[in-house]
Amino acid sequence: MTRVETSADLIAADDVLLFVNAAITSTGQREFHSGADEQSLSLDFLHRYLLGNYRDLYAATLALDINDHNAVLIARNLLVTTAEIDSEQRRVEGRLIARRLALLPPPRVYKLFRELRRAKVNNRRTRAIMRDWLAARPDLAFDAVKYRSAIKAAVRHAHLRLGDEQTPAEEMGMEDRRSGKRGIAGMLGRELGPYLFAPNRRVAYSTPVLEAWRRAHYEQAALYELPYTVAEGFAAKHGIARAVFLERIAPRLTRLERLRLQESAHGLEADAVRADLTTMPLTRLASYVLALSLDDRVRRRAELTAALRAAARRTAGDQAGTWGTVAAVLDDSFSAFGSGHKRRRPLAVALACHFLLEALASQYTPLWLSGRADALLVHPYGATPLGERILDALERAPDRLVIVSDGWDNAPPGLAGEVLRVWRTRLDPGHACGIVHLNPVYDAADFDVRRLAPTVPTAGIRDAEDLVALVELAQFAEGRTGIFELRAHLERRIEHFLREGT
Amino acid sequence: MTALVLTGLSTGPAQAWGGVRLVPLVREKPIEDLRLDARLYDANLGIVEVDSRTAYSSYIPHGFVANWTRDGTPAAAYGTQLADPAAGDRAPCRIPLRFHRRMARRAGRNRLRFLPLHMALEGYLALHFGGPEIAWEEWSRRAIRHGLSPRVEESYTGAAVSGLADALRVFEILPGQCGVLVYVADALAAAFVVPHPGDYRALHSTLVHDLYGELIYHYAMLSMPVPDFRARIADTEVRSLADLRAQARRQQDEWAAFHDRVMAGGLLGEGYTYQHVYQMGRYRLARFLPPFERQRENHIGELITDDAGRPAYLKTFRLSENQIRRGHLLTRLAASDWNLSDTAAALGVTEPELGRRIETAGFGHLLRQDVRDHYRAQTRRGHP
Repeated sequence: MTRVETSADLIAADDVLLFVNAAITSTGQREFHSGADEQSLSLDFLHRYLLGNYRDLYAATLALDINDHNAVLIARNLLVTTAEIDSEQRRVEGRLIARRLALLPPPRVYKLFRELRRAKVNNRRTRAIMRDWLAARPDLAFDAVKYRSAIKAAVRHAHLRLGDEQTPAEEMGMEDRRSGKRGIAGMLGRELGPYLFAPNRRVAYSTPVLEAWRRAHYEQAALYELPYTVAEGFAAKHGIARAVFLERIAPRLTRLERLRLQESAHGLEADAVRADLTTMPLTRLASYVLALSLDDRVRRRAELTAALRAAARRTAGDQAGTWGTVAAVLDDSFSAFGSGHKRRRPLAVALACHFLLEALASQYTPLWLSGRADALLVHPYGATPLGERILDALERAPDRLVIVSDGWDNAPPGLAGEVLRVWRTRLDPGHACGIVHLNPVYDAADFDVRRLAPTVPTAGIRDAEDLVALVELAQFAEGRTGIFELRAHLERRIEHFLREGT
Repeated sequence: MTALVLTGLSTGPAQAWGGVRLVPLVREKPIEDLRLDARLYDANLGIVEVDSRTAYSSYIPHGFVANWTRDGTPAAAYGTQLADPAAGDRAPCRIPLRFHRRMARRAGRNRLRFLPLHMALEGYLALHFGGPEIAWEEWSRRAIRHGLSPRVEESYTGAAVSGLADALRVFEILPGQCGVLVYVADALAAAFVVPHPGDYRALHSTLVHDLYGELIYHYAMLSMPVPDFRARIADTEVRSLADLRAQARRQQDEWAAFHDRVMAGGLLGEGYTYQHVYQMGRYRLARFLPPFERQRENHIGELITDDAGRPAYLKTFRLSENQIRRGHLLTRLAASDWNLSDTAAALGVTEPELGRRIETAGFGHLLRQDVRDHYRAQTRRGHP
């Protein structure tokens, strides 16, 4: 690279890394140390700052593993300010947004559409994105039943024609992306429009799910053909006992609904609701395990451990067993409780990382801050003596040391930073042991995740599934990352991200 | 016995949040035979696991609200008390409370809490000062009959002390922790020690219902965030991992020594007057008064010690400067058997001046009206 980096470039690189950490960890919800207001205020500032100064990089972060909350915020902010950019950049952004929306869970996207409507954003690009996203839905009639008012608002806002075989009257641009899609008219048939806007006028629908919805108003059996969230309302209307309802709706439950309802259904003796734990994502499974009482965990030890190990092995993939000796310092101090909004989230991430690292390493030593040895029985309790535990870990001379903690080192404060600093400068200047700190909590006051020491890379983590990528990335970024490497990296990621979609 | 010491408790690393610093006190070996009264434990908490054959005593902290009486009305314990569980459900010495309907409903849940009124503080003071013991003619009839009551002392609940509630919420309780020292803007506000970590966990959040003096309230309001005492390791001396560990350990020891010597120096010291209240088994309950020296820290409080003099239970309240002055005056009066001329001589002032001091301290109603008028006239005439 012949161009010399200016200090502005360095600041830009720092800002973007800072933002990525925030966008991975923060969800605008209450955390242990800060309230929801502080979190969203702080996050909102970062979004505005990046959008104003580095718009291209801001849009590029959509290609990274940021969380859904921030993905929606970025998409929204980009769509609101469409007028500020030229058509070439508009095209790139449009593709990034469309690709990211396709990956998001539908309720988030519908919420975004509602917000766009509330913000009175109705530019051509927004309408095109809404139309294409709706056209790509696998079963729009199902969506129309499950998210009825949301889809109604979206259709109305984007001026979509329903039940009409012609293409929409407005030419919405972005022809190159249309690739033969003729709006959503064809798929909707002639029934969706009446269903959304005048549902009581039809005597019968030919689409099965719409017909089930119509019959469920007066026929109990029909409601079991509907999605769970909709059927729940009808069950209440018909006064169906909860246990009976859960027993019969069980086949219609989604994977996560099953996981969520399993315990309460078990209490009602509706045993048809059984989640297959071995297919659950790792972090979600860890959250589920931590929500169980200690007695339950002891009783179901074999089942839970097997499920966690299976999920970890699946996540590790072909990297399993390739990491050499690994030591992990895992935070189960009281602050790992998180908050009422994110119950035990930091602890769940630590537990998931524990099982994942166990799968990745050939020889693995977990060190919980409380000194507990049984990972399945962890619960948030006690102070955070990070410094001491890091010393314990370094004594075992591992190839890698992974620290999963919110970074509130308080017993005594700052010892972890000092230990890491002295270790790097005096005892291991040759980087024989790669140290990475992963932090699941966004610190609203600092606009970043809390760091332990400047010599040790810190990365935000939301799901333990991203651990491998984050550790690789953090080690690459141990030195100072320049803006050119960062741009190159982002371009690679964007290319990969967009290619996956086609 | 005039000194206050914290034997058996070691100082843990402090946790600061905003202007509040909380210093945990850890017991190596918890005291098992003195526990919080079982009736004070929330049914859901279920921490007391003492089997019925083990002989143990229980204690009830001052100001504790619970449904003591048989008819289920809430009442507050009046002064910390020691109890023998074998005596059955004998109700402790208490003040009945009248709540509004909404409050009563909340009280019905039998939650652990302290009396959220300045009554608790009044209780403290009235317990210490019973009023004139010899009916010298200058004292009013009311003073003889009712002592210093009714007393009004201003204080603030912990909820009003800004930042304290948050600091208590985010505080991470150490394993084995049996006590805490609360610093606001690095001024010691309160010390709290209990016999067992289980009791501490149950009572930790009640610190926010506790009372804090006006000094603490203002410090909290005006204070900037206090800095952490961060660990510093001199890296030139480190040659191996063992050196590093030794250095890390030394950090902790240095902090504990510094804290006990400097930060808690105003509390731990000589000059306390103890008033023995009750003895049960090997535990004795005492209330203590500070020397009432002006321009320095003065804490009043209650203390349960075992036969070796180790504190099992301790709760203190830091007096503000005005309260220290009043306490000073009352102790001098009491020392001279409430005789005005003797007290005036001991203080090195004239009798009318002493009368004026009593009045400005808010105890005017204790003197007979004609005596006060007489003093005032003498002062006005310019010759005593």
